[in-house]
Amino acid sequence: MTLFDLIDGEIATVHSFIGDMELQSRLVEMGILPGIRIRRIKTAPMNGPIELKVRDYHVSLRQDDARNILIQQ
Amino acid sequence: MTTAVQSSWVALVGNPNSGKTAIFNLLTGLNQKVSNYPGVTVEKKTGQARFADGSKFYILDLPGTYSLTAESMDERIVTEQVLNWIHGHEPPGVIVSVVDATNLSRNLYLTTQLADLGIPVVVALNMMDMVKDEIKIDLEKLANDLGIAAIVPMSATEKWGQKELLEAVQKSIDTAFVENPFPIFLNDDISKVLNPLEEIFKSQLRYNERLAKAQALRLVTRQSTLEIYDEMSANGFTADEAFMNTLRDKRQAAVDLLEDTGIKHRIMEATLRYEWLDSVLTAAKINIDPQIAEANYSENLDRLLTHKWAGPAIFVLLLYFIFQSIFTWATVPMDWINRGVGWVGNQVLDMISAGMLRDLIVEGIIAGVGAILIFLPQILILMFFMTLLEDTGYMARVAFMMDRFMTMVGLHGRSVLPLMSGYACAIPGIMSTRTIDSWKERLITILILPLMSCSARLPVYTLMIGAFIPATKVFGVLNLQGLTLVVMYFLGTTTAFILAKVFSLFIKVEGKSSFVMELPPYRTPFWRSVFHQVFIRGKLFVVNAGKIILTISIILWFLASFPKVDESTINENPIRTSYAGKIGHTIEPFIEPLGFDWKLGIGLIASFAAREVLVSTMATIYNVESEVDNVVQLKDAMKSDRHPQTGMPLYTPLVALSLMVFFVFAAQCMATFAIVRNETNSWKWPLFMIIYMNGLAYGASFIVYQGGLMLGFG
Repeated sequence: MTLFDLIDGEIATVHSFIGDMELQSRLVEMGILPGIRIRRIKTAPMNGPIELKVRDYHVSLRQDDARNILIQQ
Repeated sequence: MTTAVQSSWVALVGNPNSGKTAIFNLLTGLNQKVSNYPGVTVEKKTGQARFADGSKFYILDLPGTYSLTAESMDERIVTEQVLNWIHGHEPPGVIVSVVDATNLSRNLYLTTQLADLGIPVVVALNMMDMVKDEIKIDLEKLANDLGIAAIVPMSATEKWGQKELLEAVQKSIDTAFVENPFPIFLNDDISKVLNPLEEIFKSQLRYNERLAKAQALRLVTRQSTLEIYDEMSANGFTADEAFMNTLRDKRQAAVDLLEDTGIKHRIMEATLRYEWLDSVLTAAKINIDPQIAEANYSENLDRLLTHKWAGPAIFVLLLYFIFQSIFTWATVPMDWINRGVGWVGNQVLDMISAGMLRDLIVEGIIAGVGAILIFLPQILILMFFMTLLEDTGYMARVAFMMDRFMTMVGLHGRSVLPLMSGYACAIPGIMSTRTIDSWKERLITILILPLMSCSARLPVYTLMIGAFIPATKVFGVLNLQGLTLVVMYFLGTTTAFILAKVFSLFIKVEGKSSFVMELPPYRTPFWRSVFHQVFIRGKLFVVNAGKIILTISIILWFLASFPKVDESTINENPIRTSYAGKIGHTIEPFIEPLGFDWKLGIGLIASFAAREVLVSTMATIYNVESEVDNVVQLKDAMKSDRHPQTGMPLYTPLVALSLMVFFVFAAQCMATFAIVRNETNSWKWPLFMIIYMNGLAYGASFIVYQGGLMLGFG
């Protein structure tokens, strides 16, 4: 499954990335890489971006980008 | 750095939101200088501090960055600076790496990149006040494992630890630097691939082992690293074209080899470095995500502040409060400034005998500069709120909540803050667009930003509404005057969004947009830092805009005052025969379809210096007695002006409406063009802006006036 499918409030582990390399480079530089745990906190108003907790900081990314992050629960 | 730096200076580097600026302020006090990096409007902050023994040193506060790769403009600045240092161009004695203790692993990523440079690194472990359970770790051992000089726990907010930080900095300047081996494990496959690059760095650029390995790894990982070397090469710092060709070829060969082995080279450095860093932290018994399942206070606050319904509602209320404050709080200081400018003018009138010099100083310089100073209170209040929202961490939430709507119209979540700043003044707004990392969305934000009605349009709206719009009630509750004002703001804002969508369909720029944005924890603002920021921004605004306004004011004064005629022989307004009057008459046929006569024509030309100049120009034209601000007289003069042939009132409510609509859309502010030129690095975009906005202004005014005439108004 992908991060897009994760329900708000649940924790999962990043498995791998697909798609756009530009996004991947940004994510890994912020410490979001395979093996790291993430919690999906919420979805923004108007079904906007999602908010995550990773390495004890909060980060947001768009739902389309979340489809490119494969996770394991 | 300034030439005064002889021996050692200190560079402050850190992630965004790590409290870097708070530490900078703590160390330097008010001994700061803000300038721009050459060619870009990224702020360069330098300051002076003292060690315990009283000796002085300089500090440079670099922009916040997550990594030493050069993707956004801020990151590029840091990366270029760093490359300058390793090539011996005024390297700092020590790099202070500011690390947020509540977010250790991600902050240390950048620190370990800095540690490869061959310059001593001291970690300022900031925000220790926010760490609940005391960190029971051996900091000395951790520093050793990471290859850095020292880790100093501190809190900039609670103001402790700076003494120890200074001691550590001084100590590492005085201690001979020990070179460590490159700490990251590279397997045979990768080593083999990187080796040729490593060798060129060692033989041709004299890098040591660790630096050569680190730069080889980064060069293969990020294409932008090559671009940085290219730029440096063009500046004559590194090597010649032959070297660059070798570097480019060897990089490509390495990339090809890695792709054959199935290694994703573009995420290679981050993956390897984090693997190593995480293992060091784990060995030191530091959990990298101890509170992943727990909601901290920020998350609890966000249950309300970014709630599906409550979040946007609170944001709108907050906006309403801010704009209400801008208009109510600013009236008193604006009045002071107005009187102050008048007083200075009168002093000059008394001091200098009548003549051209006095006219130039009083009517040209003082009146012109006064016209821009009058808006300083509104701009400062808006900047105060913007800085406050930014520093508390709320602005990131606004971007988070608005991103969906903004992307629908071709913009970015981070366009919200610049667009809101545009209500005060387009200049700081355009400058703050650099937080948008995709160029296309940044460019569109810049292009539509001047459509947000800035405070310089307000005097024009106020004059026209006061003179021509009756204060009658609409629907029993709404005041027609107030409603007209709201309609003007609404017209500008909605057009901005529509055009953003249109531009996004036509402007083709490389690069994909993403919204990987940190939502920093809510923090109590550091008041001194907020006021300082407002002060510095205000100063920059006055200086930058002031220069342009001053020049234009002098030119306008000249055009309006010459050629001098003997006033006794002509019994009409001398401005009519001046150069300005001649220009007004020349353009009259062109603006007649909009309902404007030659006098408004002069006003329009003058308003290209700054929009509010229209008011003072009209006042000069109508020969209103010396007080420029005597709006009541100007209103009456405009109302009672008759057409020389028909004897009908020259200005009607329809003309007023047409003029206001013109001001909603027209690109008139020279200072804005200059800033857009700076930010986009070409005259193409400011020219485009001038053409599209003025075309829009002309068209809209034409429709309003001619449509109004057809419907029998006016």
